[in-house]
Formats: sequence, structure tokens, C-alpha cells
Amino acid sequence: MLVRALKDEGVETVFGYPGGAVLHIYDALFQQKSISHVLVRHEQAAAHMADAFSRTSGKTGVCLATSGPGATNTVTGIATAYMDSIPLVVITGQVQSDWIGDDAFQETDIVGCTRPIVKHSFMVKKTEDIPATIKKAFYIASTGRPGPVLVDIPKDLTNPAITYEYNYPAKVKLRSYNVVSKGHSGQIKKAVDLLMAAKRPIFYTGGGVIQGNSAAELTELVRKMGFPCTNTLMGLGGFPGDDPLFVGMLGMHGTYEANMAMHHADVVMAIGARFDDRVTNHTSKFCPNAKIIHVDVDPASIAKNIPVDIPIVGPVDQVLKEMLEQLEKTDEKPDQQAIEAWWKQIDAWRAYHGMRYETNPDLLKPQQVIEALYQVTNGEAIITSDVGQHQMFAAQYYKFKHPRQWINSGGLGTMGFGLPAAMGCLVARPDATVACVTGEGSIQMNIQELSTCLQYHFPVKIINLNNQSLGMVRQWQDMQYQGRHSSSTYEESLPDFIKLAEAYGHVGMRVTKPADLEGAMKEAFDLKDRLVFMDISVDPTEHVYPMQIKDGSMRDMWLSKTERT
Amino acid sequence: MRRIISILMENEPGALSRVVGLFSQRGYNIETLTVAPTNDPTLSRLTLTTSGSDRTIEQITKQLNKLIEVVKLVDLSEGAHIERELMLVKLKATGAQRAEIKRTADIFRGQIVDVTSSVYTVQLAGASDKLDAFLESVGEASILEVVRSGVSGIARGDKVLAL
Repeated sequence: MLVRALKDEGVETVFGYPGGAVLHIYDALFQQKSISHVLVRHEQAAAHMADAFSRTSGKTGVCLATSGPGATNTVTGIATAYMDSIPLVVITGQVQSDWIGDDAFQETDIVGCTRPIVKHSFMVKKTEDIPATIKKAFYIASTGRPGPVLVDIPKDLTNPAITYEYNYPAKVKLRSYNVVSKGHSGQIKKAVDLLMAAKRPIFYTGGGVIQGNSAAELTELVRKMGFPCTNTLMGLGGFPGDDPLFVGMLGMHGTYEANMAMHHADVVMAIGARFDDRVTNHTSKFCPNAKIIHVDVDPASIAKNIPVDIPIVGPVDQVLKEMLEQLEKTDEKPDQQAIEAWWKQIDAWRAYHGMRYETNPDLLKPQQVIEALYQVTNGEAIITSDVGQHQMFAAQYYKFKHPRQWINSGGLGTMGFGLPAAMGCLVARPDATVACVTGEGSIQMNIQELSTCLQYHFPVKIINLNNQSLGMVRQWQDMQYQGRHSSSTYEESLPDFIKLAEAYGHVGMRVTKPADLEGAMKEAFDLKDRLVFMDISVDPTEHVYPMQIKDGSMRDMWLSKTERT
Repeated sequence: MRRIISILMENEPGALSRVVGLFSQRGYNIETLTVAPTNDPTLSRLTLTTSGSDRTIEQITKQLNKLIEVVKLVDLSEGAHIERELMLVKLKATGAQRAEIKRTADIFRGQIVDVTSSVYTVQLAGASDKLDAFLESVGEASILEVVRSGVSGIARGDKVLAL
């Protein structure tokens, strides 16, 4: 009944791991052909894969785990999807109904465990309710502000010996869940007027543009206005990274010009972004002179951290479309003179301190590796990342042109996300070039998935920026703890990643010299159908800059180890 | 400022824990909480009192509204409303105290609902501050046990919180 409901929902792939409480479901999967299953090596990876499948395809990913430890292993994956508003349906087996509460073998109250990190959850009570519950789960996960939905199903409910009439509802109606379908036209008009009058405007856009499939509308709007545009970490690719109107990422490790422009702006147009603490720095000092317009599908996101002048609740694509229509009808033009002067100022900031780093003929810089990756892949690869310095370097130096091209755990910051994410991307887009930018810390958090990659032939290119330490932790220890590297190094205990990759049946490649980098990378990407693990030694002392100074405003930044604003 | 938020929600297992969980998860404070099914058995009415700045209260109502099982909610303190709380209190009642407690209960329109030779159990309904005032009047020394229901509330006038 469950498998048939998934089929009716259009599910093609399920990521999971079998166990006692889901054996009936696995048997049903075995006896059909339309849904394929990817057997992971750890349930956390199944959740990340399903999550990345969603991020890449825009469809809702599904993962399946057994009760108890199987279910609890998905928790980090669920929290990751929750923080980044990714639609995900997690199906967990539960012990049989009459054992619930008895501390039965492999029993966990997974609905209780995951309550704060799901958009919603269901514990199914009757077999005949399974189809309607699945329908609701997909509906809730994918509409409004998306998020993960968990469905917990006791084992006895999936027993094939019990048969019921199957009814898959065509539509869902929930009296307590209404999704806003349209932004308020009056508010949109006000926003257009404010943008027209702006002297120092900036577009600040986030993951909502990606999830809301509105990159095309955003690009059209920004180009029409001729204003600068900055993206959050989650919003990269929402506006083409190689467009001259793009000023780079903003926030803690944002570009000098993006953060300076935000601080000095008189109108900030926030779209599908949530004024995260990694963006605003100290909220009381955030954009002191700006009127703020905020478009978001979730009313609770608006005015949560920063007071907003013009709130617009609605789906981003619809609001932007209406804004473009209103612009068509009006004869008003933005203040050309003011906008020219504003660009002159931004260009001056860019010239003063654009993204840059020092090179060394003997030692690779991590930034250099990302730039080479960008060259070798023509800027067209899907890049997944783990969390830490390498993530920031990838965000800063790979100019993402398309939405859904940059897949990373922005909100939760989950180490171990990158490799399973790359695998999920390949399921969604088997022909794409997918690279996982990682570090020797993060990659070891889900390295067992190298085995899954062999089984299903996932030709991920792993770009391991090996600095022999937990780089971001080390950077903070350098900057705030007088260089006391407490538990951020491994004391010679790192594995030989080349041998490790080979042991898993893949290709390993080591790069230590700048001169070898590009050749090796080309060679790796030429091996189209093989997983290549590139272990690249980079300068262990490198820091990520710019870096905002804690409790300051957006313009307070370290620009290098010695310069600050 | 103290607020009374009244919520109409699906009468389903787990719904209450989602509401309560939201408060602890986001660092909000619940002072009182009362919940029971309504005349429509598929719906429960939950009333809670909390306090916070206007911005916090706005976030609380927005976050509550996001819960799938929450059908409707209203901040009763935004308009004219009636609030009631029920209290049962056991008081030491010996000697001269017996008459004094009886008189105080009468003044507060409370009823003595159970009697032993040494104890009176008083039932009292009203706004929370009235119940506080009663406890203060009888004095800490004579109080043996206090049970309060938490606040229930309803808007004055024609306004109705229903489907």
C-alpha cells in the first residue's frame, strides 16, 4: 500500500537502509520495478542524498529507514533539510502497534525526537490511512515554505497479509494549512515606488529564490533596474555569478563590496532570505540607513530578526512576476544619476579590496584549487560541499551561473553532507558533472558512502582540500584564542586517502604542487565514469577573508591577517 | 506584557506537544496552559498566557500559526475579553480561623466545598489577580494546598473563535 502510494506520487527513487520494522516495505519494493532503491551505508547519508536530490531536481526526495537506530541516524539529515527549507519525506518503520511504549527492541519515539526539526510529522494508526497520509506528507513538504515531513509506520500496518481497498486521494485539503498563493498587490506597488526612488539600492537574495524557482524572474528584474545584487550562501546561483551586476556573496565571509554596499544602502530589497546572523552581523547595527523590503513565503520569517518597512508575504516567483508586470506599465525610471554614482562607489570598493589572496610557487592555496575547478569544469559543474573553510572558498571563488548548481548545508552547517549530497545530485541528474568540495575533516564523517558509490557507479569527483587540520576551527583559534589549536589537528593520524579510495575500488590522486594542479584536475574530470578522490595538499595556515568582526556592523571586517576596515 | 492567546486546534494526538514544544524550543515562556475539546469533538481549545515584548508576541503567534494542527488563533488581550481561572485551595481552619476564612471566602464569592474538623476546601473562580488576592488575604500560614486551572478566556461581544 505504501509503495503503491509512492508510485502514485511519482516517486522514482528511494534512498534507504532495511531493518526489521521495514522488511514488509522492502519486500514490496523488491516485487516491483518502477521505484528504484539506493542502499546507503548509513541512514544519515540516505537523508542527505534524498535532500540533495530535492535541491537538484526541485522534486521531493524520499528516504526510508527502520525503527530505532535507523530512524535516529536520519536525525542530522532531517535537521539539515529543515534549516535550509528543503522538501523531504522521511519514512520510518516503527515497532508493531501493540508494542509501542514497551521499550521494545529497536523502539524509539522518532516522532518525538524529530518534533523540533520537521515541518510536520505523522504516526500512522491504520493501514487504510497510509495512502492519504503519504499524499498529505508530500503536499505539506513541498508547498509554502518547504521542509521535511516524517511518516512513522508501525510494522503490523505494512503486513501484506492484511488487505484493504486502496484509495489514493487526488487532492489534499487541510483546514488548518493554507498556503499563500499571491503577494499583496498594494504592497508590491509600494515596493516598486520605493525602488524607483532609491539612490543606493541593493538586491539581497537567498535560498527562497532557488527553492521558489524564480531565478529567471530575479535576473530579469535586477537587469531591468540595473541595481547591484548580492546572494546569501544559500542563494548563490539565484543570480548569475559572472554578471557584472553581481557583487558576490554577503555576510560573515562575504565580499568587501557586498558588505560595504549593504551597509551604505538606502533601500534593501530582500527576497527569499531570512536575515540570518551570518549575514547581518550585529542586528542593531545592520543597514542603519536603509528602508527594507522583504519578500518571503513564510510570514514568520518577516521581521523576525530585523524590522521591515515593506513586508510582502507570498511565493517569490509570483511576487517577482507581478513586480515585473507593474514595471512594464509604469513610465517611471530609476534615478539614473544616483545609480551611476552608486556604481562608481561600489567599483571603488571592488578596486580597493576585491577577492584576492597571495600565491606561493611551492604551496597550493585553497582558493587556487577552486579557481582551477571553475576553469576545468567551465563553471558548469554541480558543486556540493561540506562545512568549513573549503565551503567558504567554494562559495567565494566558484561563480555559480545557475540555480541548483551549488548544494551545501548552509543553515545547520552539517559536516559529512557533501559526499552523500553529490550522490543524490547524480541520481537527479545522472549526466551532470558533480564535484564534492570537502576537507579531510568533513569527508571522514560519511566516508563509508564510497562503497555505495561503487555499487551504483556514482562518478563523483571529490576535491579534498587537505590542510591537515579542522581549518575553520583552527582559524578561529588563531584569531580568538591566541593560536591555541585545541583538538583541531590529527597528530599524524590521517589516513592515506589514495589507498583508501583504491580500497573502495575508486581512483585516488594526490596533488601537492601548484604546477601539477590543473593537469591533474583535467585528468580527473576526463575519467567521466569513475569516482576520483583528489587529495590536494593546501596551505594549512590559510584563513578565509573577508571576515566580519563579531558584534560589529556589516562593514566591520578583517580583510587579511593584518588589515581591517 | 502579559498576553492571553487562545488557539483552536485539531484534536489529535501530538498536537499539544507541538504547541508546548514550540515554546521551549524557541525560548518563549508559558505561564498557564489549559486545554480541552470543544463542542466540535474534532477541535480542541487551548488557552495559554505568556509574556514578552510586542515583537516576541508577534513571533509567537506567527510560529503557532505555522503549526499544521493549529486551525485558528487569537490574542485575546488585544481586545475586550473575559478571563476566568478556577482555584481549589485547602486551608487550615481551626479555632477563630474558621470563621475568618469563611468570611474571606464569602467576600471573594468563593464556596467552601469540603469540610473537616481542621480543614476547609475553598473553590474560587475569577480573573487570576483575584485568586492571587484571595491567597494573600488568607495568608501563607493557613494555606495547605493550591490547585489552579490556568486561565480560560473568551472575547467580549459578537466576536467568535470558531470554524
